[in-house]
Parts: sequence; structure tokens; C-alpha cells
Amino acid sequence: MRKKSSRLVFLPLWLVYLFFYVPIAVVVFMSFNAGDNPYIFEGFSLDWYGKLAGDETILQGLGNTLIVAVGTCVVSTVVGTLLAVGLARHTRSKVIEAIATMPAILPELMLAIGLLIFYTAIDFTLGLTSILLAHLTFGIPLVAVVVRVRLASMDTSLEEASTDLGASPLQTFFRITLPGLAPGIAAGALLAFTFSLDEFVLAFFSAGPTDPTLPIVIYSMVRFGVTPDINALATLLLTVSVVAVLAVQRMTRITESLK
Amino acid sequence: MSRGRGSNLARLIFLGPGLIMLTLLAVVPMLLMLSTMFFQRGRFGGVVYEFTTANFSRLFQPLYLNVIQDSLVVAGLVTVLALLIGYPTAYAIAQLPPKWKTIALLAVMLPFWTNFLIRMYAWTILLSGPGLVNEALTGIGLIDKPLELLYNRGTVVVGLLYGYLSLMILPIYSAVERLDPRLREASANLGASPVRTFFSVTLPLTLPSALIGAVLVFVPSFGNFVVPEILGGGKAIMVGNLIRDQFLKARDWPFGATIALVMVVVTVVLLLAQAVVSRRTRSA
Repeated sequence: MRKKSSRLVFLPLWLVYLFFYVPIAVVVFMSFNAGDNPYIFEGFSLDWYGKLAGDETILQGLGNTLIVAVGTCVVSTVVGTLLAVGLARHTRSKVIEAIATMPAILPELMLAIGLLIFYTAIDFTLGLTSILLAHLTFGIPLVAVVVRVRLASMDTSLEEASTDLGASPLQTFFRITLPGLAPGIAAGALLAFTFSLDEFVLAFFSAGPTDPTLPIVIYSMVRFGVTPDINALATLLLTVSVVAVLAVQRMTRITESLK
Repeated sequence: MSRGRGSNLARLIFLGPGLIMLTLLAVVPMLLMLSTMFFQRGRFGGVVYEFTTANFSRLFQPLYLNVIQDSLVVAGLVTVLALLIGYPTAYAIAQLPPKWKTIALLAVMLPFWTNFLIRMYAWTILLSGPGLVNEALTGIGLIDKPLELLYNRGTVVVGLLYGYLSLMILPIYSAVERLDPRLREASANLGASPVRTFFSVTLPLTLPSALIGAVLVFVPSFGNFVVPEILGGGKAIMVGNLIRDQFLKARDWPFGATIALVMVVVTVVLLLAQAVVSRRTRSA
């Protein structure tokens, strides 16, 4: 009796995983389709991956996305890490705390139109820079959160010893805090990069007419009919996400922070 | 310990760049958006800074009120489904042995970190006329000819649920995990059945986190324009679509910002409700 009921507990789990992964599995499976019917598998091939490599629009989108994602990653990592340390060690202000976390909770669409109005008001030309700046609103708080989780688990006595021995806050930061934070920073950087790589709404509103990022290209592909090379592109992007999440888990045991 | 002890210079170096950037890129744009509601539209988009309240009266036209109402219903439905599905799932994960727990959690997080558009696109393949779901249904003889599964309100609900279910599961898991097992033991020792223990101990104590999950699911569902477009085929438009169209098609930015105010209000109300419940739970 007891055994039966305890097994039944896990039923919703299996159903949810089916729900999560069947659609993704179908896309991955169909990306190796030899034929061009998006619904019938006609044998294995890598043709669609080859097609992808010759698609100008996609390559251009990918190039733009990489520029934005690398930029977002670098700036978010530096600024977000400083912010995390600042929040944990140098302030108690609730207002500062709110400014540092609020942007990540706001609906993307609200932020996106706010930024569009802002860019127009200051005559800022829309392009890759405006997309990058838009992505910082999520990237910086994201890195800050991940780094703070790591900070919270660090022993503060080393930092205190360093300060007591006469080191300046910056010396303490570079010699003691930073090395200890490294895994958290790397994880934050990876998440910021992945976020920017896949982000659509902010990019859609901040993009100029001539340089779409990859998600914007995907959006128009999906809207104007199914072409099987989306499956190949989707599979590649999924692979990036899987690798990123696994790497983040290795570096920070992020699942433990949920406890 | 060292909190608040740092020098002003250190404070400036650590907090300065982040705060300046986030203020400029998030706080100022949000304030600008809220103030835009009181101004007039430019001819080709943009804003003419002349005061008006016309945007508000326009918001109350039945056309817009209907879409707002529909969006509340859809997002509400998605949230309720996410709660009903997410709670048992999170509960189940918390019962797993530690090693499996990690894998199970990663499997919940992963969809959230994959491309949203691609996940929605996956459903168009699954649900289309010749897609897998119709194949399966005709295969087992449940239906004779393919059903119209795509492009209706139900598809939008499924898509949004697919998009945001992870955000419900993770906070609830976190709460179940933090629950002191002694409370449940005490309840059982006092003779309560497992069901009774669940409803009088576990559920009330995890409710605040479930409500955080509800906010995290409701808010992005309510303001979504991608899912109604890709999976709803433009037939089940939501507030997000109205806002998008005001900005990129009708080029009436002030009115778009006014519609966005509905999103702000909904978000704030939900956050307040969550705060009230969690305060009550803590004091109880």
C-alpha cells in the first residue's frame, strides 16, 4: 500500500518531462530528415545543417547575435560582479537593492518599449549597440544574483583578516574575494551569454532595420512558413543551452542554491 | 560583519557602474514610459510632448477592454494550470534521492534556458494538421481526420504553459525543500492522515512560494505577444499584441504606453497580494 502510493507521487514528474521534452525531441529528430517535408521522416541526413552554413540571412543574424552576446557577457560580468560585492559588503540600502534587482523582474515588453521611447528621446541610433544596452538590463542583475549566491556561501573571515592586516578594500577584493568568486563569476558570464543569444523581445524593439539578431531572423522564419533548416538551427541552439546549463551546474551546483 | 563598513570610494567603485547603468537603462525608461501616457502621438511614431488625457478614455473602449479581459482569462488559466501541474511536480522532485534531485531540477531548468521562439515553433510542428499529435490520434483510431489543433485560444494556453511552467516548479520546490520535516512528523504523530497533514501543514507553509511562482507565470503570460502570434495565428490576440501593434504598426506610442500601464497595474497588484500572504504565513 505504502509502496504504491509513493510511486504514484512521481507520476506528475514523468508527465511533465514528457510535456517538456517531446516537442524538443521532435525538432531535433526532424533536423536529420533527408526529405523536405517537415512532418514525415524520410531517412537520415545532415543536409539541413549544410544548408544552414550557406544561408546568408542566418549567418548575418548569427554574426550580429554573437557580437551582442559577447558584449553583453563581458559588460554584465564585470559590472554585475562589482555590483554583487557592493550589495553584499558595502550597502544596506533597500532602494539600491531594488534598482539592482527590479529590471530582471519587469516584463520584457515593458522594458522594451520604455527603452525604445528612451532611445528616441535622446536620439540614439538603433542598432547592435542599442540591443546590447537593452540586454544589460537583464545581464547585470543576472550575474549579480549568481555571484551573490556564491558570496553568501563564502567564509568572510579571510576578507576580515585581510582588512585587519591593513589591505585596502580593492586589494582585499582582488587578492581574496575575486579568486573565491571565480566559479560564480564564470557561471554568471555563461548565463548572461546564453540569455543574450536567445533573447528576442528586447532585441526586437531595440534593433535597427538593417541588423537583426538571430532570434529576430528566427521569428520571421517561423512567422512566414516552416522551412526545415529551422530544425537544424534549433538543434544547434539547444545544444548550446544544454552545454551552458551543465557547465553552470558544474561550476556552482546551482541546484543546491534552491534549498 | 563588514556590511556598511566600506569606504565611500569602495562603495562608488563597486556599486557605481551597475547602479548608473541600471538607472539609465531601466529606471529612466520605465519612468519615461509612464509619463508618455500623458502626451500625444507623433505623426510617424515617437512622442509629441503636449499634455493630454485622451489615451485613458480610449483605453476604456470595448475593443481594448475585451482584449484586456481575454488576456486576464488566458493568463489566469495558464497560472492555475501551472499551479495544478507544478505543485505535484515540485513535491515529487523534493522526494527524490539527492542525486536524482539534481538531475530532475536541471531537467526543469533546461527548457527555461532554451530559445523561447524555438520552443513555440516546436509546438507548431507537433500540432499541425499532419503533425505528430494528429498522427497519434488517428493511429489509435480516436479520430478519422486531422483536427484543427493550432491557432486557437487553447493552443495559446498550452504554449504559455510550456514557456513558463519551470518558473512555477522551481520556487515551490524550494519551499517544499526548506520545510522542516519535524512539522509533518508532529502532524502524523498527532494522528493526522497524510492528506490532512498536506492540507493543514505543507500547503499553507508553501503557499507564499507558490504565489511567487504564480506571479512569475502570470506576468509574462499576460504581456506575451509571441505565443498568440505563432500558436494563436493572430486569432487570439492579447495585451502584448496590442502594445506591439501600437508601437510598430499604428505608431501611436503614447497609447501603447497607456495599454502597458495595465501590465504595470496587474504586476503591482499581484506582487502586493503575494507580499500580504507571505507576511500572514510568517506571522501565523
